[in-house]
Amino acid sequence: MRKSDRFLLFLLGLLALLEAARLHSLHRGRERDEEVRAMASMARRLGLTDLVLATDARYARHPSQADRFAPFQDHPTSLEHFPSGTLVAPPPP
Amino acid sequence: MKRPRIPTWLERQRYLLDFTLSSLGRRKGKNLALASLYTLVVFGLASVLMYTQALRGEALRVLEGAPDVVVQRMVAGRHDLIPGDRVERLSRIRGVQEARGRLWGYHYDASAKANLTFLVPEKFWGKPGEVVIGEGVARTRLAAPGEPFPILASDGSVVVLKVRETIPSTSELVSSDLVLLSESDFRRLFGVPPDLFTDVALTVPNEKEVATVANKIRGQMPDSRPITHAEIARTYEAILDWRSGLVVLVLAAALLSFGIVAWDKASGLSADERREIGILKAIGWDTSEVLAVKVWEGAVISLSAFLVGLLLAYVHVFVTPAPLLAPVLKGWSTLYPSFRLTPALNPFLVSTLFLLTVVPYTVATVVPAWRAATTDPDAVMRS
Repeated sequence: MRKSDRFLLFLLGLLALLEAARLHSLHRGRERDEEVRAMASMARRLGLTDLVLATDARYARHPSQADRFAPFQDHPTSLEHFPSGTLVAPPPP
Repeated sequence: MKRPRIPTWLERQRYLLDFTLSSLGRRKGKNLALASLYTLVVFGLASVLMYTQALRGEALRVLEGAPDVVVQRMVAGRHDLIPGDRVERLSRIRGVQEARGRLWGYHYDASAKANLTFLVPEKFWGKPGEVVIGEGVARTRLAAPGEPFPILASDGSVVVLKVRETIPSTSELVSSDLVLLSESDFRRLFGVPPDLFTDVALTVPNEKEVATVANKIRGQMPDSRPITHAEIARTYEAILDWRSGLVVLVLAAALLSFGIVAWDKASGLSADERREIGILKAIGWDTSEVLAVKVWEGAVISLSAFLVGLLLAYVHVFVTPAPLLAPVLKGWSTLYPSFRLTPALNPFLVSTLFLLTVVPYTVATVVPAWRAATTDPDAVMRS
């Protein structure tokens, strides 16, 4: 087999895998829809305001309920020291 | 006499591709290293973009049910407990259908070294003395339904509650660290007097009135801070948008490393590559054919790396629980949710990544080749 044919087959294989990923996303997306609806209904029932992404700092656990200066309010010239706080940007003003 | 057949454009391109692949094979080590680095850059970039995009979409859909307005009381710049009479005052504001005092707070559990979120639901379905816990709490505390759940109260005594049930693991993204309990247990544990609440949740049925209601609250209760539903949604858009810490960090590193590779390519050809171009020109190839080979060379490496990187990122983010990204968000958390995101192959994201990676690389490959191919073959080989 010519080298160009081998390469084109390789590319076609990758494109087929990409299509498989797209089909997987559609299938799994439908399954996940129900779970997301259940979570939304739980958020409504319990009045939840935030996702559980990080639990190490209060302002990282509930970023929407925290002040912009929350990471720095513990004492004057206090520095932010939680890794999650450095990656999760503060809420917009 | 049989005339020699002139190859069609397609056949011509296949011959050029054959030549390109053989040429790449002659510098196998270098090209494999380049393709691997390229794949890694696409993988990192695609992983972060897919992860944050899926998380943002999920946050906006899940938090659709968040309260219309949350009113906090501020004392000396800090969030403080809000008196019960304000619930009544807030419910009288025109446009507010219902005002409900909420009770929730954090508790650092020294035995599990984890922060738990205690919350009193509006209608708690358990009995006093019982708790409903999130899957993360059950995992960290090794607690199961029917088992005791001891908590150190604010007065130093140990209050032993009983686990009624665990919240299903499919909703860990919102419930992993939750401990739901009755109002009396909450007040006993944290020593909160009966007429105080953590904050007040308002129901404002008309979306257009939310901003007006928030302004009225600021006017009537200057020490309060209303947080609207739109602000909650905006927070998650800001946290997970491309300018957020996580994305900027990876984007900057990826573009920098990519810039180095492209600069290396664009700054000149190796002696071998120049000699090759010189020989091709000397045996009769014209400039357009040399350029076509170089375009193929760029396309072979960048297309393969782009597709492999993209597929690996998809598997990393949506098939496995994103083992390389999840620890970044977890930080120092000892209690964190285990969740799978809604998979999505967004065409906009794929085309953006394609334009960011494949196009500049291919251009960077062609420019120095064009310079070499347009000079005299003798000069190219001698230089």
